[in-house]
Amino acid sequence: MKGMSIIIKTISSWIKILIFLFGIYIIIFGHLTPGGGFAGGVILASSYVLIMLAYGRDYSEKNLPLPIASKLDSAGALMFIAIALFGLFYGAGSFFWNFIQVKFFADGHAAFDLVSAGTIPLSNIAIGLKVAASLFLVIFALSTFRPAENNDKE
Amino acid sequence: MAEVILFYFLMAFILIAALIAVETTDLLSAVICVGAIGFGCALFFLFLRAPDIAITQIVVEVLALVILIRVTISRNATFVTGDREFFASVVSVVILMMIFLMAVQVLNSLPAFGDAVFAEVTDSASKTYISQGMEKTGAANIVSAVILDFRAYDTLGEATVLFTSVIGAAVILRKRPRKLPEEPQI
Repeated sequence: MKGMSIIIKTISSWIKILIFLFGIYIIIFGHLTPGGGFAGGVILASSYVLIMLAYGRDYSEKNLPLPIASKLDSAGALMFIAIALFGLFYGAGSFFWNFIQVKFFADGHAAFDLVSAGTIPLSNIAIGLKVAASLFLVIFALSTFRPAENNDKE
Repeated sequence: MAEVILFYFLMAFILIAALIAVETTDLLSAVICVGAIGFGCALFFLFLRAPDIAITQIVVEVLALVILIRVTISRNATFVTGDREFFASVVSVVILMMIFLMAVQVLNSLPAFGDAVFAEVTDSASKTYISQGMEKTGAANIVSAVILDFRAYDTLGEATVLFTSVIGAAVILRKRPRKLPEEPQI
């Protein structure tokens, strides 16, 4: 995959930043507005798919190397599990107990603030990281795969 | 009344797109019809006042459609050739008829369209979520409060599914084996 023409490359070099920022917005405001970790993570992955289609596979692998992507994937999963286990072991809670909301945010943090809702924004960030990295990895694996009869093409 | 007409129109659109996607012999047309089904579903969720699901549906649909079209146009032959087997068609029609007859029995026992399933139950869990979700979790978005606080264990399962899919894709679609197979001794 060599990439596309110069017009598509120039336009997508501007558009990719907006798509990435929109994904981050969807993730961070997931506990206030519609959206959340999964949708925002898919938007982040789609900005990398735009790079992969416009510039070619090698450029996107230089942009986000595969070992770093797999480490981000694992970091998101570990962060989610760590939030769950903190809830279990902090005090006398249960699995996925919202300990920040109950212990620290019980007074002074209104419901519509950006910093509110305890562990829910943290979980959104963890899920967003995980979904973005794993969808990027899946699409990269699918795009490198060629059926046996097409091996001599490209 | 206008909403009901809109829903019937969307349902007809989705059904026609699904029929074309199954019946056409051109792979690219089938992929585009699958995209039409997804966008119809996203509109459906939007008119049913579920913007969270609508956002997720449309975003996943766009990503999957781009990848499917990319895979389809990189093939040499995009036309499906060959006839269907008679026996396989008969078996699938019979199984679909049985599922349809069972579904009619089940759908008769569901509440009407637009009524909440747990509306009649006095102390159901969903009533607690709706009435006390804001003060218990502090999240303004009730969907986030349910999927990341009350039902976070389900979300953990969903994350595990994604993790497994990555492992499966990386293992099956790997270009070269990790260790070269040994040459057979002759």
